[in-house]
Amino acid sequence: MSGYLAIVAARFRSLLQYRAAALGGLFTQIFFGLVRVMILAAFYGASSRAQPMTLPQVIGYVWLGQATLLLIPWRVDEDVAVQIRTGTVVYELTRPLDLYGLWFARSFAWRTAPVFLRMIPMFAFAMLVMPHVAPGWQLAAPSPAAFAMWVPCFAGAVLVSSALTSLINVTLMWTLTGDGVPMLLGTCATMFGGLVVPLPLFPDWARPILDSLPFAAMLDLPSRVFTGNIPPSEAGWVIAHQLAWTIALVVFGRWLLGRGLRRLVVQGG
Amino acid sequence: MNAFRLYLRYIAISLRAQLAYRATFAMKTIGHLLVTGIEFFGIWALFARFGTLRGWTLPEVALIYGLTDIAFALADALGRGFDKVGSLLKAGEFDRMLVRPRSTVLQLLGYELQLMRVGRLSQGLVVLIWASRWFAWTAGSIALVVLAIAGTIAVFLGLVVLQATSAFWTIESLEVWNAFTYGGNYASQYPMAIYRAWFRRFFTAIVPLALTSYYPARAILGRDPLDIWHVVAPLAGPVFFAISLLAWRVGVRHHASTGS
Repeated sequence: MSGYLAIVAARFRSLLQYRAAALGGLFTQIFFGLVRVMILAAFYGASSRAQPMTLPQVIGYVWLGQATLLLIPWRVDEDVAVQIRTGTVVYELTRPLDLYGLWFARSFAWRTAPVFLRMIPMFAFAMLVMPHVAPGWQLAAPSPAAFAMWVPCFAGAVLVSSALTSLINVTLMWTLTGDGVPMLLGTCATMFGGLVVPLPLFPDWARPILDSLPFAAMLDLPSRVFTGNIPPSEAGWVIAHQLAWTIALVVFGRWLLGRGLRRLVVQGG
Repeated sequence: MNAFRLYLRYIAISLRAQLAYRATFAMKTIGHLLVTGIEFFGIWALFARFGTLRGWTLPEVALIYGLTDIAFALADALGRGFDKVGSLLKAGEFDRMLVRPRSTVLQLLGYELQLMRVGRLSQGLVVLIWASRWFAWTAGSIALVVLAIAGTIAVFLGLVVLQATSAFWTIESLEVWNAFTYGGNYASQYPMAIYRAWFRRFFTAIVPLALTSYYPARAILGRDPLDIWHVVAPLAGPVFFAISLLAWRVGVRHHASTGS
């Protein structure tokens, strides 16, 4: 176990180095957040019907989504991609660690360090600056109960995201170039994860399906717990959903990796 | 060989190179089509729930969306070379462009015509054609569509050139610019009227996307009676592009090579 923890710690520390990049990204994410808030506020302004989410909840949801955006597995882990392309992945196999565990540990660090770097200033902006520049468009502080339930939900989101990232690594054993699968998964995660449209605003018939997919576990469900759209008493279901998907994705990823390793041919003398 | 014929030669080479790997090209294009297509799917989903966007209908927004996305796809494809300026500078390869007897702008425009952008282009076209069924068309409004797209291409190209210019100072291409390129595209997919005043002013006076796409779109949609200003407004695009080229020249003069 300590081996995996060491990998997480080392990778976490090296990812924390990219602080300037995080700052540049912050500006872009604030800009996109503002545009999304203005668009959704305009839709809400024109409608008098009761919606499954109130406007303050939707606005909070947008800011939380911008803050934890990097949980979405858009790209492959370039280091792993190079290892598989060049065949140096065999060195990893000689280590006294399980390859899937190693990849999961790397993914876990990748889904925490950059997220923290962007999340903290984004929270500060959305909660402290927004009330002054645009009153009503801020991320409202959660109730203590909602916050207490959001923390484990966020941890669950990291687990699902890490499991998906590891699964993408495994698929590299077949695709090698690593463009197709992450692009497809990234598109699904963007659309069905609540980044384009908050999931509760989709047509009612689609909502039960979208809520049950693993994509909802990363940004959507935790944000709804934070904003109170899902009451704290029901947040246990969110955690159960996240753990179930984590287990399913890990089991599938391990099985797929086993098959991949059986047909792995390393070239060179 | 004159500049335009040289440009066409560059483009022909670039296209042949991209079509060498047909399967990869097809996959990337389809992927790009899906990635950009979900944006319109999102707009559709919001209209399905709310019915209207402050008096704007789905076909109206679709037309504005189509205009912007077609222009953004074309600008993105044309200006691909400018995206590479950061890495060219880092490798010291930009110097090779400087010693050739042609302008750097021509060489960078001809660097690559990114064919994969056909994905965004085609979904923009489909949305535009779908939306066009709802409106009465005249020769004037069709000409205005072409003018709006051309003006918007010029604004997006200008942004790409400015982004590349900033790399002369920072070497690394900055993510901050994505707020204006991708963010500008995202924002101008919707009618500018729904945004706050300071935001509209920014996209009118500084980055004139409102002038090149939203303003002519109002006349195309029949919201305004067509007058001379709808025709003049998209000309802000070429003006913006010309200013960005001036900035580029300042940048090139500032350039100090990383090579030995």
